Amino acid sequence: MSINRREFLKIAGVSTILGIGGVSAVNSLRNRVEASQISPSPEALVAKRWAMVVDMSKFKSEEDYQRCIDACHRVHNVPHITDNPKHEIKWLWKETYEHAFPGNEDEYLSEEIKHLPFLVLCNHCDNPSCVRVCPTKATFKRKSDGIVMMDMHRCIGCRFCMAACPYGARSFNYKDPRPFINEAKENLEFPTRTKGVVEKCTLCYERLAKGLKPACVEASNGALIFGDIEDPNSEVRKVLGARYSFRRRPELGTRPSVYYIF
Amino acid sequence: MLEKAIKGGSRYWVWVFFLLSVIGIGFIAYLYQFKYGLGITGMSRDVSWGIYIGQFTFLVGVAAAAVMVVLPYYLHNYKKYGRIAVLAEFLAVPSVIMCMLFIFVDMGQPLRVLNVLLHPTPNSVMFFDMVVLAGYLFLNILVGWTILGAERKEAPPPKWIKPFIYIAIAWAPSIHIVTAFLYAGLPGRHFWLTAIMAARFLASAFAAGPALIIILCLIVRRFTKFDPGKEAIQTLGKTIAYTMTLNVLFLGFEFFTAFYSQIPGHMHSFVYLYTGLHGYSQLVPIMWLSSILAVVALVMLVFPQIRKNESLLAIACMATFFSLWIDKGFGLVVGGFVPSPLEKITEYWPTLPETLITLAVWAIGFLVLTILYKIAVSIKEEVVFDKYGEKQIKAER
Amino acid sequence: MYNAGKIIIGLLIFVGLVAFPFVYSGGKATAKPDPKVDTPEILKLAENERKCVEPKAYMKGEHMVLLNDWRDWVVRDDNTIYTATDGKKYTMSLQNTCMKCHSNKKKFCDECHNYTAVKPYCWDCHIVPKEKET
Repeated sequence: MSINRREFLKIAGVSTILGIGGVSAVNSLRNRVEASQISPSPEALVAKRWAMVVDMSKFKSEEDYQRCIDACHRVHNVPHITDNPKHEIKWLWKETYEHAFPGNEDEYLSEEIKHLPFLVLCNHCDNPSCVRVCPTKATFKRKSDGIVMMDMHRCIGCRFCMAACPYGARSFNYKDPRPFINEAKENLEFPTRTKGVVEKCTLCYERLAKGLKPACVEASNGALIFGDIEDPNSEVRKVLGARYSFRRRPELGTRPSVYYIF
Repeated sequence: MLEKAIKGGSRYWVWVFFLLSVIGIGFIAYLYQFKYGLGITGMSRDVSWGIYIGQFTFLVGVAAAAVMVVLPYYLHNYKKYGRIAVLAEFLAVPSVIMCMLFIFVDMGQPLRVLNVLLHPTPNSVMFFDMVVLAGYLFLNILVGWTILGAERKEAPPPKWIKPFIYIAIAWAPSIHIVTAFLYAGLPGRHFWLTAIMAARFLASAFAAGPALIIILCLIVRRFTKFDPGKEAIQTLGKTIAYTMTLNVLFLGFEFFTAFYSQIPGHMHSFVYLYTGLHGYSQLVPIMWLSSILAVVALVMLVFPQIRKNESLLAIACMATFFSLWIDKGFGLVVGGFVPSPLEKITEYWPTLPETLITLAVWAIGFLVLTILYKIAVSIKEEVVFDKYGEKQIKAER
Repeated sequence: MYNAGKIIIGLLIFVGLVAFPFVYSGGKATAKPDPKVDTPEILKLAENERKCVEPKAYMKGEHMVLLNDWRDWVVRDDNTIYTATDGKKYTMSLQNTCMKCHSNKKKFCDECHNYTAVKPYCWDCHIVPKEKET
């Protein structure tokens, strides 16, 4: 087998010289040859399309939000940039009602609701505009479960996706993030990022592969409900069927997968 | 023909070395950016594009504007443009080079630039923009070089170049339309999400580009024996009068839609740019400067009496160019990010290293322009009559 | 010969520049790289289990290709399990599989990479196992 592969790679090498067309043809062929050798993890959580419901009634104290945010940022080595707010990086954060749902605030809305913090994150849209604009497919929608992924290896840092995202979910590494990660709390099983790439929530694809729910969901004590929105028996579907829910900027046609309920 | 570029007077070499020193300083600034990251610029999480992308956008327009000379000349056989067609084509070349450099310096991971070709993505406008820009660069070098070579031999241009000329004419607007589509198709960015964006881009490009061509023609006439022709300059002035009118009109349409509909999202960016929003008003002075320059330019261009005076026309052209440079090279890009989709305001202003890098890219553009114009003008100086038999060399003073 | 003086000076400068690296290193060859696989994690394993995902020769020549493929398969195709030629299954992960055994980046990775002047950018993002300074 290994000899076959080596020979195959030799052919791929020659094809590379022949041009990019050759590469892509060989790429598809190679994937077929090696497909037998790779497989998804048997313990992985699977879904047709993942969705999350944020149950606002369960967020009572500052602590309830922070626990989720910390869980996410710690497990993904998200830097805590304090010296310049312009370079801030966040995957999961708090946004008050008027900013999370701009244009929805009424004049006589109670101050309490107006400034009520909502947990916001990448919406993992069904029709993501960031994916549409990316010139290298560095951000793409996973075919298997609809997660809007970020391939930080491939990102060229053009920031077109940041202009295209109507939810401000994307952060750019304006500088090397490492000095801003607390080394003592670093997650040694997850990479950091390098300067010059865009990052965002990836719905904990690395945890899903191990059969674990996203870190924020796990930390939320039931305030974040996670499941397959295309499965009528899933918990998210049951909640959405029973209670009034809303999403951020549905009028834009991006079809977000993050729902909010009161 | 290249040998013409290494023979020049002291004025030529002083200018070249001045440009080289600007490039050198900017290159050092770029090394700093390369090492540290784009954090050395004024850009932020909210305003994620700044002056680099603004300059890119503006310069695509300048590049496309060559068609305003090339089209009447080749399609309508407008003889007066025979002398300056090459100047227009040779302006497109450095413009496209500057566009590419501005994209490059804006990249967070410049070493991965080839990913765009390794993973071609037809649904991305950015990918298309790169393809059409490269094509346009190739077409203009090919056409300009071939025509000039023929003129040098005082022979008619070869027949095979014709199809390339026609393709280039159709290609020019397309590069700018694609650039407008970078902006005009993004949900949640009301300021950019407008169908007239492409039309506005074309109008402003066809005003700013020819304005620069006129200025360059006047400089060439001043410093060399070659005379681009009074009539050519006047006709181009007329073109600018129309395109600048259209541009201002289109901007007016935007204002109408935003403020008559009273939809907050559509109004916010305009309010921010022209009066300031929630106390943030960093861009207000330059936007008003742009508006005032636009009005001045328009008044000077619309009245033939003023336009016919070449020194006044030069002023009108400079007003046009700078007005549009501010509007499109800065306001348009930053305005789209303020307020952010979450209706928060982060202001943007370029930093010193960012400015130095920007200047260096312009200097590279001017260096390429200088070399190409030096070649073109040297050849024109040798060929006394243009192909229509008109004298194109000034009498010795 | 025209301009003989200039040409000879030019040639001397050229030869000097080309020869500089050799003169500078004093004609000595750099020590041959000697990557070590004697980490505590590997030594803990039974003798017959001390082998890599694929045969040594293949790993030596093609590990970068393998890593490249692993990366795409994990990040882009959501596959995480690699079945090796010998049928054994591994989780595809540089940080969590490769470096768990090869916890000695300095002696294992850098040794050859430095020798061949290769600078892979893996470590810009992936966290290097904590090593005791030796």
